[in-house]
Amino acid sequence: MSQASNKVFANGWMAAVYLFLYLPIITLVVFSFNDSKLVTVWSHASTRWYSALMQDSDLLSAVFLSLKIAFLSALMSVFFGTFTAFALNRYTRFRGRTLLSSMSTTPLVMPDVIVGLSLLLMLVSLQHWLGYPQRGLFTILLGHALLGTAYAAVVVTSRLKEMDGKLDEAAMDLGAKPLQVFTLVTFPLLIPALVSAFLLTFTLSFDDVVLSSFLSGPGYNTMPMVIFSRARLGLNPTINAVATVTITVVTIAVIASSFYTSHIERKRKREMAFAYSDANN
Amino acid sequence: MATAPKPQTDSKATTKEVLLRVEGVTKIYDGTVKAVDDVSLTVNKGEIFGLLGGSGCGKSTLLRMMAGFEKPTKGKIFLDNQDITDLPSYQRPINMMFQSYALFPHLSVWENVAFGLKRDNMPKDEIAKRVEAMLTLAQLNKYAQRKPHQLSGGQQQRVALARSLAKRPKLLLLDEPLGALDKKLRETTQLELVNIIEEVGVTCVLVTHDQEEAMTMASRIAVMSEGYFLQVGEPDVIYETPNSRQVADFIGNVNMFEGEVVVDEPDHIIVKCDECTHYVGHGFTGNKGMAVGVALRPEKIMLSKERPTGEYNWAEGVVTEIVYFGDHTTYHLKTTNGHVIKAQEINNTRDLSCGLTWGDHAYMHWNDLAMIVLTH
Repeated sequence: MSQASNKVFANGWMAAVYLFLYLPIITLVVFSFNDSKLVTVWSHASTRWYSALMQDSDLLSAVFLSLKIAFLSALMSVFFGTFTAFALNRYTRFRGRTLLSSMSTTPLVMPDVIVGLSLLLMLVSLQHWLGYPQRGLFTILLGHALLGTAYAAVVVTSRLKEMDGKLDEAAMDLGAKPLQVFTLVTFPLLIPALVSAFLLTFTLSFDDVVLSSFLSGPGYNTMPMVIFSRARLGLNPTINAVATVTITVVTIAVIASSFYTSHIERKRKREMAFAYSDANN
Repeated sequence: MATAPKPQTDSKATTKEVLLRVEGVTKIYDGTVKAVDDVSLTVNKGEIFGLLGGSGCGKSTLLRMMAGFEKPTKGKIFLDNQDITDLPSYQRPINMMFQSYALFPHLSVWENVAFGLKRDNMPKDEIAKRVEAMLTLAQLNKYAQRKPHQLSGGQQQRVALARSLAKRPKLLLLDEPLGALDKKLRETTQLELVNIIEEVGVTCVLVTHDQEEAMTMASRIAVMSEGYFLQVGEPDVIYETPNSRQVADFIGNVNMFEGEVVVDEPDHIIVKCDECTHYVGHGFTGNKGMAVGVALRPEKIMLSKERPTGEYNWAEGVVTEIVYFGDHTTYHLKTTNGHVIKAQEINNTRDLSCGLTWGDHAYMHWNDLAMIVLTH
């Protein structure tokens, strides 16, 4: 009896958690196909707001700006994050390494508001003294790359740590110069970590609103900024439509990537089993 | 005064051509930790030299300095009379077979073996020829296109060997070459490995913590502890003529008797111990009244139920433990004053030969030349 009731409780608990996670998203998707102008009242199905989205040049340009910033800042983050990870893990020990290594991750725990504010203060005074940079795309990019670098460094560091340091030595032992060791051995093995660091920092930048608000200038509104400002004026179902498009794209990407990794893993297991049965013959 | 039989260490070595010479090498980590302490050694051409010791004895650090991954704090390393102390590892004609093999997981077996050759900008057709030859040598032709994770442990080990031999190094370093294999596979692989090394004729330095591995593979062994060499010599010399209690204890099993020299003659000495009196059939460098250790290997002790007739070289005890290994059995006998002596009997018949069981009273005896007298 108690086992059965345990099971009911466990299943109910799980259902509640998943409802809590997905009900808002499902509601949003459903209401993006609602004909009514009121977000909370269902009238009948239509794709009216999707057509409206196509006409909404402000929102569309914000989406493209966000994509552009996310792409570029993710590239920058991975680039600088990789360097940081290397400096902190592969160099011989140097004085203050522990301090530097914990300092490199402060942006992760520092509230975005403070990071944004301090960056803004720095940029304003820079502009005052040098007349450069104008706030806009470049400054948002800078802020996102700053945050992203810290995240990318963490991802690459964990991969570097689990990677066999002996591989570098083996390459060197076989005559590879330090640069060749990187291009021929370390880099190819780091690619999976670089891809996941890219995806992580891309999403981080894509949904950031705090840093962007501090660092953007006139005419540079990212998608989250537009959604946020419109939400304050009363919700418009066009927002639901753009959100649904985003969710669809993200879902497809996530499913595809998890299918791909599980495929690779299964193939590897099959091959290993084959190799061992082969070795015994 | 008689002298003990001296282990012949470097008498043969001088007649051969020296390939590697390590001179007074010291490695200090973080300014205080002495990993290797003023070590000197020579390795001759064609020799397999074993560095044997427990973990943290400095054997791996010494090997890494030969490979060029670490720089000695002090001392020099010469290869073929050329000073290589400051040469980076990628310029040394030395290759290493790593403990966990360190095969490149993203490259096929073929590409792994070719890796070193490509770094030398060897012509493509020559690389192909060399790789094929190496794969044939290691019996890996069937697996050329596989990735390392598609191979079994023994196959991976052979790839690692083929890769480290491909560049025809002057010196091959082996870091615990069989450490990752299970016991059964070890024995066959060990012989394969030695055969391949002998076929190629490459000089080797082998690092291991496994004395059996060192004994069977190496032509000379250096026993290391706390950064320096305790003894260097052929495997049988190390086993039968250890120069200290530490070496005797580290290599194989040993019963140690502590006693005092009561008779010192040119052809024999007599050592009085708590458990028994030893008549040692050779002289020793020392004098009467000296405190010495007498080391006696368990397999050199014979067991019987009857009391031996002689005056020396026997002891009595009660069987407290019988450890059956299949091919041999080790008996633990407790003497009246509480010492435990181990005796090892070969099971050369199918019934347990001496018919002893727990609690039996038994006599142990051994001959005049079975023990080693140790002064330090």
